[in-house]
Amino acid sequence: MQRTTIRKLLILLFWLAVWHIASLLLDNSLILVGPLDTAKSLVTLAATKDFWASILSSFLRIGTGFFGAFFAALLFAVLAYYIPLVGEFLDPLVLLMKSIPVASFVILALIWIGSKNLAVFISASVVFPVIYINTAAGLRSVDKNLLEMAQVFRFRPLNRLRYLYLPAVMPYLVSASKSALGMSWKSGVAAEVIGVPDSSIGEQLYMAKIYLSTGDLFAWTFVIICVSLLFEKCFLWVLSKIH
Amino acid sequence: MNSYSQFHSHSKPLLEVRGISKSYGERTILHDVHFSLFPQKLYALMGPSGSGKTTLLRILLGLEKADSGEIRWNGIPAGNPVDTSHLHISAVFQEDRLCESFSPLENIQMALPKKLPPAALFQEMSRLLPAESLSRPVSTLSGGMKRRTAILRALLCPSDFVILDEPFTGLDEGTKEMVIHYILEKCENRLILFTTHQMEDVSLMGAELLSVRESLQNT
Repeated sequence: MQRTTIRKLLILLFWLAVWHIASLLLDNSLILVGPLDTAKSLVTLAATKDFWASILSSFLRIGTGFFGAFFAALLFAVLAYYIPLVGEFLDPLVLLMKSIPVASFVILALIWIGSKNLAVFISASVVFPVIYINTAAGLRSVDKNLLEMAQVFRFRPLNRLRYLYLPAVMPYLVSASKSALGMSWKSGVAAEVIGVPDSSIGEQLYMAKIYLSTGDLFAWTFVIICVSLLFEKCFLWVLSKIH
Repeated sequence: MNSYSQFHSHSKPLLEVRGISKSYGERTILHDVHFSLFPQKLYALMGPSGSGKTTLLRILLGLEKADSGEIRWNGIPAGNPVDTSHLHISAVFQEDRLCESFSPLENIQMALPKKLPPAALFQEMSRLLPAESLSRPVSTLSGGMKRRTAILRALLCPSDFVILDEPFTGLDEGTKEMVIHYILEKCENRLILFTTHQMEDVSLMGAELLSVRESLQNT
């Protein structure tokens, strides 16, 4: 275990060194800043109120989009499982949501709902099809023989959920959540960069671009990765507890 | 000729099967099957593989719809498919149908209408299964242990009618005797119907033979 950690740290150090050497060779802070300059920018940013306010505000927007879509997708997948007609109605919509490029969808959504809640809408629209499709697949995978057994033994609804449905659905849901969580942050921040709502990570990225502040851009990117990873770990931990 | 079990004309049958037929496409599985089963009795259903025994049991369990005919429970039509929601039936299926990632103890508890005290359940289940196997996931058990778990589930769940579809599959002779002894002890006040290929099982169980052979189109 310790050896694995040391190996991972060494690999990380190797890539940081590659990054540092590349920035030294390029010697142009507009194109590429090194890890040290990025760290300096991060420390400077972290000392401001705006930094934390932007993170919180983006977290709330993207989190709202994610959770809204997550629970809506669960609900509709269950409805589609019990009422196939619901699934047939939803299929074209889900296919459309899955296929439309986020870039063109963001522009449309900006016209429809304005910039303030654009990130909520975009992250939700990215999360919904992933969770819906996988939950529906998980529900379909429940062993029909076990369902018959539960019918004969008149299982209580909670026992059906706990012993039959959850074990079948959870592997699908966990794997779908892993990809949906990352996608919600990527698309949510992209929507913020386009919509530029006040006090958001997207606005900070946009400002960094306007002022050609590559150090800040890198620092904010690092922040997005960290917040996204933290969100993912916390959410998956909760899911694993249910599982 | 149709088959009947009319040994008990003195009492009221618990279950009456009247002219049940079932086909899958062109293939007739059951044709005009008649019989009556009386309470607190033990019946064996014999017939070669593919003769429709399991289909008949599935119809009795409300898992299949009969093409024609009627099933009566306590003299009242039970619906088609049979509405088992108000009937107390338990079963051992042809397959074990256990939740593989849960232990035998959990598999029984999940099927019970009310949870039993774990210690009491543990003690009861230890009569058919090694104690060390009771808390292991079912996926790690042998075929015979899984079968015994399925039998325990059917017998420990409160029911008036127990259906056992080839319950002794995968059991060696010694275990089979132990299981038969346990079934006979637990069948008190219950109607039991089981299927088998072996006449020996019928006599070991002391069951009345219910042959549907003549009722089946393909035999």
